[in-house]
Parts: sequence; C-alpha cells; structure tokens
Amino acid sequence: MEQYYFQTKKMCVGYDGKPVIKNIEIALPKGEILTLIGPNGAGKSTVLKSIAGQLRLLGGVTVLGEELLSEMNGAKRAKKVSVVFTDRLQAELMTCKDVVATGRYPYTGRFGMLSKEDEQIVDEVIELVQITDIQEQDFRKISDGQRQRVLLARAICQEPELLILDEPTSYLDIRYQLEFLSVLQEMRKKKGLTVIMSLHELELAKRISDKILCLKGAYVERYGTPAEIFENGYIGQLFDIPKNSLKQTDNTLLAYVEQIETL
Amino acid sequence: MQKECRKIRCRIVLVLLGTGCIVFLLCNILYGSVSISFCDFIHIFTGKETEDTYRQILMDIRFPRAVSAFWLGGALALSGYLLQTFFHNPIAGPFVLGISSGSKLTVAVTMVFLLGNSIRVSSTALILSAFAGALLSMGFVLLMSSKVNNMSMLVICGVMIGYICSAVTDFIVTFADDADIVNLHNWSRGSFSGMAWNNVIHMSIIISLTCIIVFFLSKPISAFQLGENDAVSMGVNVRMLRLGMILLSSILSACVVAYAGPISFVGIAVPHLVKTMLGTSRPILMIPACLLGGSVFCLACDLIARTVFAPTELSISTVTAVFGAPIVLWIMTKRRREVF
Repeated sequence: MEQYYFQTKKMCVGYDGKPVIKNIEIALPKGEILTLIGPNGAGKSTVLKSIAGQLRLLGGVTVLGEELLSEMNGAKRAKKVSVVFTDRLQAELMTCKDVVATGRYPYTGRFGMLSKEDEQIVDEVIELVQITDIQEQDFRKISDGQRQRVLLARAICQEPELLILDEPTSYLDIRYQLEFLSVLQEMRKKKGLTVIMSLHELELAKRISDKILCLKGAYVERYGTPAEIFENGYIGQLFDIPKNSLKQTDNTLLAYVEQIETL
Repeated sequence: MQKECRKIRCRIVLVLLGTGCIVFLLCNILYGSVSISFCDFIHIFTGKETEDTYRQILMDIRFPRAVSAFWLGGALALSGYLLQTFFHNPIAGPFVLGISSGSKLTVAVTMVFLLGNSIRVSSTALILSAFAGALLSMGFVLLMSSKVNNMSMLVICGVMIGYICSAVTDFIVTFADDADIVNLHNWSRGSFSGMAWNNVIHMSIIISLTCIIVFFLSKPISAFQLGENDAVSMGVNVRMLRLGMILLSSILSACVVAYAGPISFVGIAVPHLVKTMLGTSRPILMIPACLLGGSVFCLACDLIARTVFAPTELSISTVTAVFGAPIVLWIMTKRRREVF
C-alpha cells in the first residue's frame, strides 16, 4: 500500500454553512504536487482556503502525516502549512525583505524579534527565489509579478511541509512562470515539500503536477495523474468550450481549441 | 545598511518623544497665569520653605493636570491606533467612530442621576459608565461595519452615532438642575482642568496596565495588520485578538472621557504623525511611540489652551482640532496619491 502524506476524507467545503463542493477525496504522497483545475467559479479557492484552515470545513477531515490537520491549533498549523493567496497584503511602509521576514512569525518569540538564524533563513530564501535586487524596495511599489515572488519567498520562509498556492502564476510572464515552478520542483526534491495549488495554465499544470483534481459544479469531476486527465478531449468538456459556435466564425481560434484538446 | 539606518532613526524618534514629554511636562507646571521660576519649582519639590500659594498652585492644580494630560493623551493616541488597525481604516479614531460620544452620553446620564440623588460621584462609577457607553457605541459601529464594507461609510456611520449621542447629551444637560449644569458643561467640552490627585492615580494605574497588555499583543497585531485571513494562516487566533483590541481601545477611550470629556483629533492624527516620523508601522515601535506622541501632543495643546489667551482658558478640543484637523486632511490627500 502506498503511504499517503496528505489526505482529505469526505471533505465538504463552502461558505456560511452552505456546501459548495461535497465529498472531496484527495490522497497525496509526500513531495508530490497536486494541481486544481476547472472553470472560473468552480470553487478552487474555496477548496484551498478550507485546506489551509481559513474556512471551517462543513464536513469530513483533512489529515497531514499522522495528525488531523483540520483539528490542529493555529500556532502548530502555521509551522506545517503555509499559503500564498490572492488577497492583497496591507504592507504599510515595509520593504520586500520585511514582508519575507514575516514568514518567520510562527518561530519567533513573544515580541516577534528575528534571531540571527531567522535572518539567515530569510537571506537564503531571498537568494533562492531571486529577489535580491528588489529586497530593499517598498512592497507596495513593485509589480504584481515581483510581488508574487516575494510572497512565495515568504511562504518558503515559514518552512512548511505543505505549501498551498492559489493561482500563483497568474501575474507572471512566461519566464517567471517557469522560474517559479522550478523553485517548487527544487523545494520538493530537496525538502520533500508537498504542494497543492490551483492553476489556469493547463500546459504548465500538465507538466509540473503529479496529480490533478478537476472541479466543476458541486463535485470533483476527476482526480488522477496528468496522463489520465488529459485524454480524449476531456479538457474541452471540463471547460465547456463551445466548439460549434466557434466553428462558424474563426478558423484560428478553432485550431487553438483543437490544440488545447490534444494537450 | 538600510536596516541599521532605520534602527537608529527609530531610536532617535523615541528619545525625542521621551524628552518632548519631559520638557512639556515641565513647561505645563511652570507656565500659567502665575509663572513659577525653576528655582521655586526645585524648592517646592525638595520640600524647602516657599510661599504656600505657589506650593498649592503647583502641587494641587498644575501638577495633577499635567500628569493627567500626559496619560490621557497617550491613551487617546493608542486607542486611535488600535481602532485604525482593527478597521484597517486610516481615519478611524475614538472620536470619529462615535465612541467618545457614547461614553459622554452615559457619563452625563450617570452624573445627573447621581447628583440628582445627592450621591457623591466616584471615579469608579464614572469610568464604568464611560466604559459601558464606549462598548455600546462600539457594538453599534461593529454592527454597521458588518453591513457596510466601505471605509468612508463606516466613518459616516460613526459620525452619525456621535451626533445622536451628543444630541441626547445636550438634551439631558438642558433639563438638568442648575447646579449640575456648570459641572457638566465644562466637562462635556473637554478639559484637563480640575483633576484631583486620586483621579490621577486611578487613571495612571488603569492606563499603564492597559498599555502593557497592548504592548504584549504587538506580535499578533503585526500579523493582523497585513490582513485578517493572512493572520489566520500565521496561526493567530484572530477572534480573540479582535475582541482584545476592541476591549482595550474601549477602556482607553472610556478613561479619557470619564476624566476629561471628549477630546477630538488626537486619536486620528497622532498615530499618523508618529508613523511618518518612525518610517515603519511595526506595532512594537508604534505602540510606545503613540503613547509618547499622544502625551506630547496633549501636553502641548493644553499648554496653549491655558496660556495663549490667559486668563481665559480654551477648551482642549478647540486646540487639538486646530492642529489635528489639518493633519487629517493631509493624511487623506496623501492616501489619494498612493495607488492601492
């Protein structure tokens, strides 16, 4: 039997007691990357927020290692799980380095002073994510793409075992998308980091993921390896791509649709 | 490099504010309608023979007044800082959100009731009723804030609550007995005058304890500042923290209203001034700096209120508004320029 590191059992997520998606079953070995795909509004962020503990589960449990993640207290969870969500950080008068350093929060003492060791970790991570050149700049004055990398650095600083990312590559140009994902690859090889994220870039999802979860409507449509997911035009079906209406109008677009379906 | 610079800057600012406090405390004690020389001051303090009237003016009038301006100013600024952080709103403050006016109303009711039944008004009764009023207004503001998700709307709600409470207070004052009115009228305009030593001691204890608790919350507040969801993922118990911040800021502003009446603009203006001076928004520095900054601001304003048109005394809010309102305007125009 395969040893799973992260699992959800009969997980049910939603807002204000109203379930959006029911019976989510995920089983992920340590060091694997799971990607959530699906149309806008399918509930990808809801699932991620629920796993991260920002939303209360409406049913079922999440398991990390030997422990119930959904029952863990905040301070303990913060040492195991870190997140990069799309909410804007209200970082007033903070440099990028300050923002990265806030990732050490769960490890600092009562007054949140950074130790020598903390500072060293911050510097290492800044190097790893390649934001050395912007580290002294005001966090509010950098581009969206740069901001995304600073937030990744912050999440890595938290030394998590599970990293949760909501559309991390949205604002990045193609080069930084690749760099971003290669950092994730490196982290999982070196430290056995397990990653759960949502992506809109299907090509990237196919290449980087070990498992893919397809969300649509009120349930999980498919869960499996990229090879299982990307077959026989399933993607067109998942996103309801209107092939017929496109057929009459535009040949270039149609060619693109066919290309997507054979991903 | 840059980090060292920032450290030095923060230290300089804190030292400046500290010396500012001492200087203005001395000024407040020495200057007034009767000027007292520094020598006399030393003599009185060391217990040497001096004129009795001097001793009385100094020890019974000016000294308690200066000390209370010190504590209450700090309390106002810190309360404003907590509220601004809580609502993620730069123009929140105890006065703007109607919390001071809520306290003012309950304190007025309590005073009229107690005086009417010829019961002595104790400082405990005043603080408790002010605290109840603060919590009432706060509850109302919180209720509103869950319905409106907009910074300016929240402030408008607060201002309206403030007007309602002030109207009811005025009503009560109008129909109160003659003897009560004199008392109430002075107090409801806001003033540090007429502080008795036992009041000063009470407020010092309450405010210093509250400040210590706030200081110990500086780490979770630093996470809360970045965003509430974010604080959750950092392991902060946001619900408890929010409750703590509400209670602490209510205690602080209730204390001010109970002893000195409502004082405007200190709560909004000082945290911003201090933040600009420090060049950082780290709570661990902001909390002590707000406390000292509020003290300096109030001591300076009280000095002006007492001396500029002496022997006529201005109400403290008149002076704080003159200096505070332009600062608030400056904050708002500055925020416009920053792209969010």
